[in-house]
Amino acid sequence: MTQPVLEAQGLVKTFGPVVGLAGVDIQLYPGEVLAVIGDNGAGKSTLIKCLSGAMVPDSGTMKIDGQVVSFSSTQGAREAGIETVYQTLAVAPALDIASNLFLARERRRKGLLGSVLRMLDTPGMKRDAKQHIDDLGISTLQNISQSVETLSGGQRQAVAVARAAAFGGKVVILDEPTAALGVRETGQVLRLIRDLRDRGLAIILISHNMPNVFEVADRIHIQRLGRGVGVITPQSHTPAQAVAIMTGAVTLQESGDVASTRE
Amino acid sequence: MTRVAEPDTAEEVLGQKKTVGRQVHAVLHRMPALSPLIVLVAAGVVFGLMNSRFFLPGNLSIILQQASIVGALAVGQTLVILTAGIDLSIGAVMVLSSLVMAKLVKDGSVPGPVALLIGFAVAVLAGALNGFLVTRIKLPPFIVTLGTLSIFTAGTLIYAQGQTISLPANTFLTWTGSTISIGSFNLTVGVIMMLVLYAVFAYALRQTAWGKHLYATGDDPEASSLAGIRTNRVLLSAYVVAGAVIGIGAWILVGRINGADPNAGVNANLESITAVVIGGTSLFGGRGAVVGSLIGALIVQVFDNGLALAGVDPNYQVLAVGVLVLLAVGADQWIRSVKS
Repeated sequence: MTQPVLEAQGLVKTFGPVVGLAGVDIQLYPGEVLAVIGDNGAGKSTLIKCLSGAMVPDSGTMKIDGQVVSFSSTQGAREAGIETVYQTLAVAPALDIASNLFLARERRRKGLLGSVLRMLDTPGMKRDAKQHIDDLGISTLQNISQSVETLSGGQRQAVAVARAAAFGGKVVILDEPTAALGVRETGQVLRLIRDLRDRGLAIILISHNMPNVFEVADRIHIQRLGRGVGVITPQSHTPAQAVAIMTGAVTLQESGDVASTRE
Repeated sequence: MTRVAEPDTAEEVLGQKKTVGRQVHAVLHRMPALSPLIVLVAAGVVFGLMNSRFFLPGNLSIILQQASIVGALAVGQTLVILTAGIDLSIGAVMVLSSLVMAKLVKDGSVPGPVALLIGFAVAVLAGALNGFLVTRIKLPPFIVTLGTLSIFTAGTLIYAQGQTISLPANTFLTWTGSTISIGSFNLTVGVIMMLVLYAVFAYALRQTAWGKHLYATGDDPEASSLAGIRTNRVLLSAYVVAGAVIGIGAWILVGRINGADPNAGVNANLESITAVVIGGTSLFGGRGAVVGSLIGALIVQVFDNGLALAGVDPNYQVLAVGVLVLLAVGADQWIRSVKS
């Protein structure tokens, strides 16, 4: 049995009287896409914020490659190899595409220009940003010096995904990556997700879009009211059953069968 | 939380008609200092036509000298405003710092360089106090610096005991007032220092990671923090570095008035904001160029000087600056509006 690249046990996070996570376990293996689905308020966003270092859980343990870790910032999670694409995209609108790709990871010039004058390697970063974008086959981003605010929603998403893909060491977390996209751009992002998985990265995909989830996920973790209520696969269950479990219409049995909660 | 799919595809965006308005918008969007530069050049041409003395080298050097103090302060103010903050205490800190420098030399017979360092440290500490209150206590910058404005002003008056301190010219502290003449064009060391400040910070903001992070933090603090920028550290650094710039401004002030006056520069707080805003930097943060603030400071002095030469009532100069500020903020609103 392979070791999970990312594992969390008993994650609890409360906001005053509001319970965001009420003890969630999750395992993520290399080279798989794990979808996380759940209704609004099920704790999806809180879960990924804990995993990505944006929030510190009240209790629970997290392991990367079997080593216990705790992140006090997103920087810590990134250094451990976890990259996240937030629903809000976390791009700086006034900065250009290349600056956004390298935001908080800027490279300096070699030699005295970089070490003494701390000059950024702007041409090099632009070149590499262009290379990353081309590698990912994102054809809609033409001008790497364009400011992000002049891009459409789909193009901004592409910038955010490209950033995570370019630097993702072990795990890439995508929060609703296709919510704002058109059909063609959605197809590109799904293809991108498969590409990243085939490179051996582990992907966590948070999505409301059942067809997308069932198309690309290897396993599906279902959140309900702050708890993980089960893990299914696209082969073992239908989208309708997934939605039923997610909304509490049925419960998932140990055997994998579903049982109606209504008598 | 489903979002409506956006109809904008790249093709649609690229296919949009390039109207004149859209093109002007795009250019100003890329170069925020361009519109103040046009205003400066236009004002120069008009005042030059009204009075031929305007373009005499002697007159131009006077404009530069008059802009040197506010120009230096505007560098610090730009840093703070780029983070979507504001520093109302900037002039008060400069006066306090200049008074400390001058008084130490005059009363305590402290050597000039030591007095300079102590005064400089006072300005840096004042900036650090503002930054601490903004980042740790999480108070709005406007309120923080409104409070520290009163504190530093009172501190200055208490420390000065109503005295004005005059120092002899050509000492270490007043070196910034000494002139370097190129023909009848008289540059002071203070003017050169101010211009060097602009060069240094134009470089730091454009070519270093610190500059990028300052822009990003002012642009969208939450996104910057999620992207891994330590936004509190960036904010604190803006106020502390602004303090250091103010310290240099204080030295320029001592050279310009040959001493220190607790009542000098009472308007410098607002004048520095005026220069930054006219210079095209957005009060909402994340947008602008430091060189714009130099142009903004020069515009104010050009109006002052040109209208005086034309024999216009000085009150109209104040009125003209007020109109310029409103125009600049209006232009910024337009430039920031982007249809995606």
